[in-house]
Amino acid sequence: MSNKVQIQSSVNGEIVDFLCDPQETLLDVLRNRLSLTGTKEGCATGDCGACSVLLDGRLTCSCLVLGVEAVDKEITTIEGISEKDGLHPIQRKFLERAALQCGICTPGLIVATKALLEKHKDPDEETIRYWLAGNLCRCTGYDKIVRAVQDAAKELSYEA
Amino acid sequence: MAKVIFPDHLLPFVGGNREINIEAKRYRELVEILETRWPGCGIELEKCAVAIDSQIYQDAFLEDLLSESEVFFVRKIEGG
Amino acid sequence: MAEAVDYKIIGERPVRPDGVDKVTGRAQYGADLSLPNTLIGSVLRSPHAHARIKSIDVTAALSMQGVYAAITSEDFASPDGEVGGEAAGSASDLAKNVMATDKVLYHGHAVAAIAASTKEIADLALDAIVVEYDVLEPVLDIDEAMKDTAPLLDPDCYTQNLPEKAEKPSNIASVMQLSGGNLEEGFAAADIIVEGEYNIPMAHQGYIEPHACTATVNEAGQATVWCCTQGHFEFRSMTAALLGMNIADLKFIASEIGGGFGGKTVVYLEPVAVLLSKIAGRPVKMTMSREEVFRATGPTSGTHCKVKVGAKKDGTLTAASAWLAYEAGAFAGAPMGPGAMCIFAPYKLENFFVEAFDVLVNKPKVAAYRAPGAPQSAHAMEIALDDLARELEMDPIDLRLKNAVQEGDQATYGPKFPRIGFKECLEAAKNHPNYKTALEEGTGRGVSAGFWFNVGMQSSAEVHVNENGTVTLVEGNPDIGGSRASMCIMASETLGIEYESIRAMIGDTESTGFSNVTGGSRTTFATGMAVVQACEDIIAQCKARAAVTWGVDEDQVEWQDGQAIPAPGVNADVKPLSLADIASQAHKTGGPLLGRASLNAQGPGPSFAVNICDLKVDQETGKVDVTAFTAIQDAGKAIHPDYVEGQMQGGTSQGLGWALNEEYIFDANGVMENAGFLDYRIPVASDLPMIDCHIVEVPNPTHPFGVRGVGETPIVTPLAAAANAVRDATGVRINDLPLSPPKILEALDGND
Ligand code: FES
Ligand code: FES
Repeated sequence: MSNKVQIQSSVNGEIVDFLCDPQETLLDVLRNRLSLTGTKEGCATGDCGACSVLLDGRLTCSCLVLGVEAVDKEITTIEGISEKDGLHPIQRKFLERAALQCGICTPGLIVATKALLEKHKDPDEETIRYWLAGNLCRCTGYDKIVRAVQDAAKELSYEA
Repeated sequence: MAKVIFPDHLLPFVGGNREINIEAKRYRELVEILETRWPGCGIELEKCAVAIDSQIYQDAFLEDLLSESEVFFVRKIEGG
Repeated sequence: MAEAVDYKIIGERPVRPDGVDKVTGRAQYGADLSLPNTLIGSVLRSPHAHARIKSIDVTAALSMQGVYAAITSEDFASPDGEVGGEAAGSASDLAKNVMATDKVLYHGHAVAAIAASTKEIADLALDAIVVEYDVLEPVLDIDEAMKDTAPLLDPDCYTQNLPEKAEKPSNIASVMQLSGGNLEEGFAAADIIVEGEYNIPMAHQGYIEPHACTATVNEAGQATVWCCTQGHFEFRSMTAALLGMNIADLKFIASEIGGGFGGKTVVYLEPVAVLLSKIAGRPVKMTMSREEVFRATGPTSGTHCKVKVGAKKDGTLTAASAWLAYEAGAFAGAPMGPGAMCIFAPYKLENFFVEAFDVLVNKPKVAAYRAPGAPQSAHAMEIALDDLARELEMDPIDLRLKNAVQEGDQATYGPKFPRIGFKECLEAAKNHPNYKTALEEGTGRGVSAGFWFNVGMQSSAEVHVNENGTVTLVEGNPDIGGSRASMCIMASETLGIEYESIRAMIGDTESTGFSNVTGGSRTTFATGMAVVQACEDIIAQCKARAAVTWGVDEDQVEWQDGQAIPAPGVNADVKPLSLADIASQAHKTGGPLLGRASLNAQGPGPSFAVNICDLKVDQETGKVDVTAFTAIQDAGKAIHPDYVEGQMQGGTSQGLGWALNEEYIFDANGVMENAGFLDYRIPVASDLPMIDCHIVEVPNPTHPFGVRGVGETPIVTPLAAAANAVRDATGVRINDLPLSPPKILEALDGND
């Protein structure tokens, strides 16, 4: 069954080449072929957001995209969020606000927050809640997550 | 004398007594006395948790009993 | 003991020690491990809810290229007796749930498993397994299941706990009763009686991480298993029992865990992976799909409850009775016991009677879910009390205050209450701004109260002091919600050293002592106690080392603020010795410092909660919007308030999901119709408001810092709080859950 396709794309700023089956999802490619297991699978049907990545800057469920579709695209995963000098403010605020319990939803939520704050510098609570509505968290009830996002927005707008 | 109280599901094993008084210094001794009085009840008691003076013990064994102690057998409790 | 004490770090909110790995994607969860040469394991599941297995033929599958092992129940041991600690149950039922023997009892029940080189080959191989079934009529309705005429799931099931031995088999696996006083007299003394009948469908724990494990077995038959679990020690015992293995040949390593809520206290995949690996001679990795998680793990019981409550005009309860039927799913073990023990627990009641039933139905075998059994029965009682308050024109919090239990009162489940904080919670609710704010037009407000016992059980902990005075804690409880942080805080407080110089790790089954599951709200309480004792062990050793150093007696040394100092009155001209000082010289004074403790923690403190729920009902669509929610709970002492609030907010969210939306929907053949997150809709961020938390702290006298345990109680209360608020908003009482738009519209229509 080997009719694998060779794909080149940019993952977290680095050009990578990989072979994948035509029907293989980007999520599986990231996790199984590139060992980037920070991106999680919660459902594989596009309903939980645990697999969120940025595809050319757009928030995307990597379980709904094929590996072959990633050709020549720029992909950002949770592993690419930290900055040279340490955690990204979003990551830091998630920690300071205790916005994670088990942490399985956290990579997806952080990636989604990054996409949100790139679009909306100063989102209100409703905007945050609607933007993050595709990312399920079963542990926190979202309260501390929303607060972490608000804090991060504040800090990033100071930085800007 | 410690006061011992049984829940409904244990009544068939202790001669239908809801409440009895027993002279025992420790929980282990109490169970031994009960087993002598109603042979076979020990296995059922093992399956229970026990509350001695308001404190629930899932696995009681050597706990001290006071003369005015109240001993309740309750179902074991689990959690999520 | 814990009176108002000035703590240095307890009650602060430091960042969790495992945090950075969890916000950067480094943390390794159940499915994140890959070993070289690994095979993929896959499970064949029953297409029928109830059928006899006539034959299973795996030969065609086994002959396929890339297939290395195929197993059925015949490859398992036939264990008997009980297994597991927290989730203890019949070993033979557990085995049959992991792999069906003569019958399949629910749609999705495992019947065979394959190990193959890729997932695709494994799935093709599953298709090649031939199973012949004799399809039987499924039993799907709890009331039908209880009838004499119902088809039997298990012809050998005779109802347990009857006064007389059952004469014929039944789907009622067991019954229990609780009673006190004289029910008839109690109801006769009542001025008013309210009654109701309540139905709640099955609901799933809904952890975002599906079950996953990797197992590898060497030529000597020694196995190593990595998995996401709430308790790797208990997974080890269960796996050993199911496979007839020596516990010493099984090593379990707990990965990080992506939620459990009770659902990851029992094995599904692990014994299967071990067996496949043993046969194939290569590592085997197994992960469930979300659909498998819904069809074949969890859920908690659907219930049918009836409650009757009598009271005087002034609100004093005179009697109450309850009839509680809980779906067990395919095998006995519904949490009807705790349901029965919890239902009236918050209230002083002399005359009561509770009857509860554990009922087999052709649905997945239920697993623990946060305060197992309590939310369903509390939903019934708290609605009845709300109805009572309305009829009496009494404030619902006042009604509860009037009857609330306190220290020394006899609990309806038996013993007298130790020190508890229920009244404090009710007072806090009454005084809370949320309760005093006027409601907007079209909005309703509901309150409810709830209780959970909490448990203690066995825990182990070691404290290693490094040569620079920093500390490594080793304990055996997977960290699901920030428990490493709590352990480090308690160690920091006890030792008197900086929080940042302490790291916590979860030891595998070979590197620390036995520990029961992370569950039952026990970890901060029991494992915390072990950590404190292990730290006290270190302090004792440090005092001895200081004594040797100073040439004084041990009892002439005290430990204060992280240093050894001469006791008052001791005439020694010495400088205090910090933990770092002592550690750096440890090689001269007796070798490394290692403290340890293991215990079976007794005396957990019951935790009470009160909720206030405000919500709006859209009269056109029937949609409910929760506009404000306040959770109030007695934590005893909040070690790290963020994570206490997190438990309260998370439990609230699960409770609201169950109240408003979540339900298992089965078709006539017993096939779950909504086995995915699209149709089994758990709350998303835009469904909820901020969840206000008020932590009450009435210390539990048995814990060194007063901890009670907080994880379970938060889910007991929201079901009724939401139902009572819907009643308030619409004027219509709906006794069944979920309060989904169609149900609300139907009720509103019926009211027109
Ligand atoms: S795994 Fe992609 S959305 Fe759930
Ligand atoms: S923290 Fe567990 S799912 Fe979000």
